[in-house]
Amino acid sequence: MAVTTEPATTTAAPAAASGFDYAPAPEATDHVRIADQYGLYVDGKFTDPHSGRHFPTINPATEAMLAEIAEADSDDVNRAVQAAERAFAGWSRLSGAKRARYLFRISRIIQERARELAVVETMDGGKPIKEARDVDIPLVAAHFFYYAGWADKLNWAFPNRTPRPIGVCAQIIPWNFPLLMLAWKIAPALACGNTVVLKPAETTSLTAMLFAQICEQAELPPGVVNIVTGAGATGAALVSHPAVRKVAFTGSTDVGKAIQREIAGSGKRLTLELGGKAANIVFDDAPLDQAVEGIINGIFFNQGHVCCAGSRLLVQESVADRVMEKLRERMATLRVGDPLDKNTDVGAINSAAQLEKITELVQSGVDEGADIWQTPCTLPDRGFWFAPTVFTGVSQSHRIAREEIFGPVLSVITFRTPDEAVEKANNTPYGLSAGIWTDKGSRILWMTDHLRAGVVWANTYNRFDPTAPFGGYKESGFGREGGLHGLLPYLEMR
Amino acid sequence: MAPRVDVRKTYKMLIGGAFVRTESGRAHQIGEHGEINIPRASRKDVRDAVKASRGAFDGWAGKTAMLRGQMLYRFAEMLDARRAEFSVLIGDGRKGLREVDASVETLVWYAGWCDKLRQVAGTVNPVAAPYFTFTLPEPTGVVGIVAPEAPTLLGTVRRLAPALCGGNCAVVLLPEENPLPGLVLGEVVATSDIPSGVVNLLSGQRRELVSWLAGHMDVNAIDVSGCSSAERTEAERLAADNVKRVVAPGGELELEAVISLMEQKTVWHPVGK
Repeated sequence: MAVTTEPATTTAAPAAASGFDYAPAPEATDHVRIADQYGLYVDGKFTDPHSGRHFPTINPATEAMLAEIAEADSDDVNRAVQAAERAFAGWSRLSGAKRARYLFRISRIIQERARELAVVETMDGGKPIKEARDVDIPLVAAHFFYYAGWADKLNWAFPNRTPRPIGVCAQIIPWNFPLLMLAWKIAPALACGNTVVLKPAETTSLTAMLFAQICEQAELPPGVVNIVTGAGATGAALVSHPAVRKVAFTGSTDVGKAIQREIAGSGKRLTLELGGKAANIVFDDAPLDQAVEGIINGIFFNQGHVCCAGSRLLVQESVADRVMEKLRERMATLRVGDPLDKNTDVGAINSAAQLEKITELVQSGVDEGADIWQTPCTLPDRGFWFAPTVFTGVSQSHRIAREEIFGPVLSVITFRTPDEAVEKANNTPYGLSAGIWTDKGSRILWMTDHLRAGVVWANTYNRFDPTAPFGGYKESGFGREGGLHGLLPYLEMR
Repeated sequence: MAPRVDVRKTYKMLIGGAFVRTESGRAHQIGEHGEINIPRASRKDVRDAVKASRGAFDGWAGKTAMLRGQMLYRFAEMLDARRAEFSVLIGDGRKGLREVDASVETLVWYAGWCDKLRQVAGTVNPVAAPYFTFTLPEPTGVVGIVAPEAPTLLGTVRRLAPALCGGNCAVVLLPEENPLPGLVLGEVVATSDIPSGVVNLLSGQRRELVSWLAGHMDVNAIDVSGCSSAERTEAERLAADNVKRVVAPGGELELEAVISLMEQKTVWHPVGK
């Protein structure tokens, strides 16, 4: 048992709140069982990797090792795809009502084991426990519940068509919302009658391993869900396997493009959910205190490790000073530190590599002449941390205005008119999401029409629901996850 | 009486609403005696066409769905009025005429979809929180279309109509073997109220044009229906440079052909007193 249950040193007390300290409120971890080592979940069984190799997964808040994860090579991937192929015959012919039963079961087990899953998600990934507990895991259960109900209703979803499953789906997910991304991938695929081989991100495999146990608990037929762990090479072997009929990837735009190139000419279906550089647009008539909460939520939720993060704040010039003043004041109250503390707002950066990337991009912002401001918080000694950061004086050509940072770093740009806001917001190859803050209904709808983004949050930000389709325009990818539209990527119409 | 000397037509491409020969000045000959010169589009022509498409996009996508439907219907009217001419260009006697009729039918069918897409392909999402949220289809932008060789007119119309129906602008690579119906289709487009730049029609050698179109960074989607298998692989590889949507619908009258060239936008707003 390699688990450290000590807190990641004390939560940093924000300077602004120094006269009003919070007592530590650590979430209990004693009910959580993490094995020393995990195998690959193939054909309904945990099996050793062909290579015999394992790699460590650590708690990014303490750098303590949590468990050893199996490294799948192309032999293992082949075994998993073959298991999924064998299982497809039975699963795709099973009635929709029966497939639904299994998915409902999975949803219920997730609810029953919610706290365990939330704690492991926080330990392995570094996100604040209040987010894992109140956002990630409830959405995971809801996602399975929603798609369970579709399994026997596909003919109502697509009248006059005959929807059919596609076959074996290769699904590759990122480390920012590990179990939620798994749910977004597996729930619709299974509801539509496909079987899957899923690869979690190498820094966050643990909740996928727990999910494999949940599949066993639910007595899901063997081979319907297979989980192979590993890094890029494992993913590449999976994507290029000839028996894979569909590839679904969530992650960086660079890797997404590489996958699209790799499968060119193969006839494999593809959906991509890639990066973003969302504009969160604040007009002068917006309720500014609410807008500031939305800005905070937009960029500091999950340490900014969010593809749809509101990483560019576009604020109308006439209120820019007031908004910045309120924003700095609010940022100073953010509690950065131990992700397992129930009061923590901003947890640990997911990995050393990601911390390095954030640091490099922030340095480029300084070098290119933008003005940096960081919250006056003390960061823990061990683990990977980055203080909430905001840049003003940002020009559209700065790297921090163009590139996805995927960290708690906000770039502020001003505008004067709605047309200018739209032009600046759309001035990016990405098109995943956008935010609008204004009291004027007609302006919300006009902006909504003109923003080239797949999700538009008006007077709110970072809302998710299994019934609401999510996905990008332009280089943020194609295909939708969630809602009725989320069924389409997993069906062929006859 | 001396025999009449024909006034022969110079066949031209349609780019940005103008009838043009290729900027490259190149042509190749078709016809029984090689009597017809066909413009052989260049990379610059492809770029000009994409630029015209992009320029026309906001205006076309911003038209009301009803107006777009009426313009597509007008497109059908203009084509119907020239049935005889097109059947000669297609050849094949009565079969050619049937192909024109099917092309007209295709345009009418998609014209009628314009103001129904949002109702059929959009949703109101019953989220578990106090928000009103809905999802609407929107055009993806500039669509490159590699039209199939056969049927020469109908194949082109079947790929073009769904793209326009959704509010996209199109750059079409016409069939190589017999581009005449496609080139003359430009005259139909130009007289159908469809704004300049919304439809651009290029003739030339597919094997060189496909990679220029598929690799263009301001094209949002590419329909590879008319590609050979090698061309399709190449087009799909190049499409990754800017994450183009790649489609190859196979059917005749299909709502999926429209939807596959549309994005879905989800909008959230809080509900409260």
